[in-house]
Amino acid sequence: MYQYSQADHQLLLERVTQFRDQVGRRLKGDLSEEEFKNQRLRNGLYLQLHAYMLRVAVPYGLLSSEQMRTLAHIARRYDRGYGHFSTRQNIQYNWPKLEEVPEILDALAAVEMHAIQTSGNCIRNTTSDPLAGVARDEVADPRPYCELIRQWSTFHPEFNFLPRKFKIAVSGAIHDRAAVAVHDIGLRLVTNEADELGLEVYVGGGLGRTPMIGKLIRKFLPVHDMLTYLEAILRVYNQFGRRDNMYKARIKILVHETGEDEFRKQVEAEWENVKSSKLSLRDEDIEAISAHFKSPDYESLTDNDADFDNHLITNPEFAKWVDNNLELHKQPGYRIVYLSLKSPDQPPGDVTADQMDAIADLADKYSLGQIRSTHRQNLVLSDVKLTDLFDLWQELTVLGLATPNYNHLTDIISCPGMDYCALATARSIPIAQALTDRFENYDYVNDLGDISLNISGCINACGHHHVANIGILGVNKKGIEVYQLTLGGSAREDAAIGKILGPAFTGDEIVDAVGEVLEVYLENREDEEEDFLTTYRRIGQAPFKERLYG
Amino acid sequence: MVKYIKDRKPSEDNWTPYTGLEEADTLPPGDIYIPLEAWKERRQDLLTRNSRLGVILENTDDVLEIAKDLDRLDLVVLQFPKMTDGRAFTQARLLRERLGYEGEIRAVGDVLQDQVFYMQRCGFNAFELRDDQDVNSVLKAFDEMSVTYQGAADIDAPIWRR
Repeated sequence: MYQYSQADHQLLLERVTQFRDQVGRRLKGDLSEEEFKNQRLRNGLYLQLHAYMLRVAVPYGLLSSEQMRTLAHIARRYDRGYGHFSTRQNIQYNWPKLEEVPEILDALAAVEMHAIQTSGNCIRNTTSDPLAGVARDEVADPRPYCELIRQWSTFHPEFNFLPRKFKIAVSGAIHDRAAVAVHDIGLRLVTNEADELGLEVYVGGGLGRTPMIGKLIRKFLPVHDMLTYLEAILRVYNQFGRRDNMYKARIKILVHETGEDEFRKQVEAEWENVKSSKLSLRDEDIEAISAHFKSPDYESLTDNDADFDNHLITNPEFAKWVDNNLELHKQPGYRIVYLSLKSPDQPPGDVTADQMDAIADLADKYSLGQIRSTHRQNLVLSDVKLTDLFDLWQELTVLGLATPNYNHLTDIISCPGMDYCALATARSIPIAQALTDRFENYDYVNDLGDISLNISGCINACGHHHVANIGILGVNKKGIEVYQLTLGGSAREDAAIGKILGPAFTGDEIVDAVGEVLEVYLENREDEEEDFLTTYRRIGQAPFKERLYG
Repeated sequence: MVKYIKDRKPSEDNWTPYTGLEEADTLPPGDIYIPLEAWKERRQDLLTRNSRLGVILENTDDVLEIAKDLDRLDLVVLQFPKMTDGRAFTQARLLRERLGYEGEIRAVGDVLQDQVFYMQRCGFNAFELRDDQDVNSVLKAFDEMSVTYQGAADIDAPIWRR
């Protein structure tokens, strides 16, 4: 894990001092709300429906147990005893008091955390694959590149007042678990014929009102050129991105209106001017950062265990969890464990302070003291020994973190919706809960297999409904909350935007409508191996439309 | 009266803006700065003028258009029509880093205390403030942060190469 340098620490201290001063000036009335807004939004502080919301950065989704304990402390002392993990791997607190935010930032700074650039029209926290460094399908560890981007983008003097927010994701594996295609810039580590490491550069992906899949602007960018190339893209965007209409200000619109080829030409022309600057990475620069992410000293273990096998046979509940919530690890004898934050008892992505403390303890006991957060709003213990799995599962079960639904129907992404958000036009958490209640039958959900269901409470699409196999969008129509269904989206390496199925449903109807969609899938799939998306792509929308509106 | 900071000191502004509303062929006396369009129109005439010269750019203007004249220009004025409009940051860096301009780069418009740190890093060395702004607070803001990660107009290397 990245260890802060003296400079990193100094920067956080100075930032907290600066923000404390800004809060002080606001409370005294020396800063207008409008002027303060632009400052607090550079520090993750939003004004929501009922209170301020503070978004804390979790750089590329990586947390130490000590950091998790601090997050628990903040939830308990400054919030209402819980926090919410977002789709960008960050954690949000919904009830902080403005005058206490500087104290929260002090507590975060003590464990090398902050809220810098988690909001505002600047380069946001870089997100990544939650399985970085341990995945079997990894080409190269994305974390050193994420950390370089973090440093380059933090308080970048030129790019702090962009036309709109700017999100970057980096993936280093064959399978995309970071949704790179729906980011302003998505980077995928790849090797060329000469076995050199480089990046595929996607630009202009994004959701919101105008969902778009990122365009492949460069097929192979040597890793050494990563930051100079990013600087060139951002410079083109800062100069030419639209500022007349906030709904047309994201880089996806610039790429779309300029045309992919012309945009590429502009970027490459700018890059010619900056590619030889000192921002160009030398081998030693990459090596120095990579040293922070060296593989831990794993024990040499065999990849099987008689006790584990025995538990699988004698304990069906354990077997269900093993089936669904584990991933193979690059190191024999270890497994990657998903902690589901999608239990029937909590809103998707929410974690209580007690759970956070317990997770920190479990990470210390079973997983080398680290936790990762995921794009789908779950947590990961990345280095658990096969021989510890049964004990871990028992403890997770008590904590309500062992729901065996990873990548299944009830592993729902949901935005906070109208229960919290000032922008939302419909509720989303209650819909997620109604779906979770309706589809609580394990065998049914398990039979449905790999499927994604996402819910957004307004067209800003924070719940990523566009890229779900089944997407639900809540909108307000003449004072009534109604829900639109989209089908066929994907946030993975085969990224696609879902298509609207037809007229919207009321809150009472939407759960049944999802039930019908699932029935059509079950009736039409070729066999149990064919997942929802494959079936949908084969049979198209017609059978679903026929069932729901025919 | 507008408050004015140059090279981190409260200073007196001796420049006069050319508005284009003056009588044809007449220009204000002394050091003047001129909008890019007028500069392009009257360039020959202006270059021979016996005073210091400056240009004021819209934040959509291409700084390369004045590249060949930079030796003759003592001032380039860049604008922040709103604090959230950051295009002039790029213009300033291009002037300093790409074109090697060493004269005054002045920020006008929405020039706020919490932005001057970024502005100076991009190459601005002069700032016009609103009359109600506190000059001393703004002067302090230049030093609010001692750590910088990236290269810019002030230092050419990122933190890992210094």
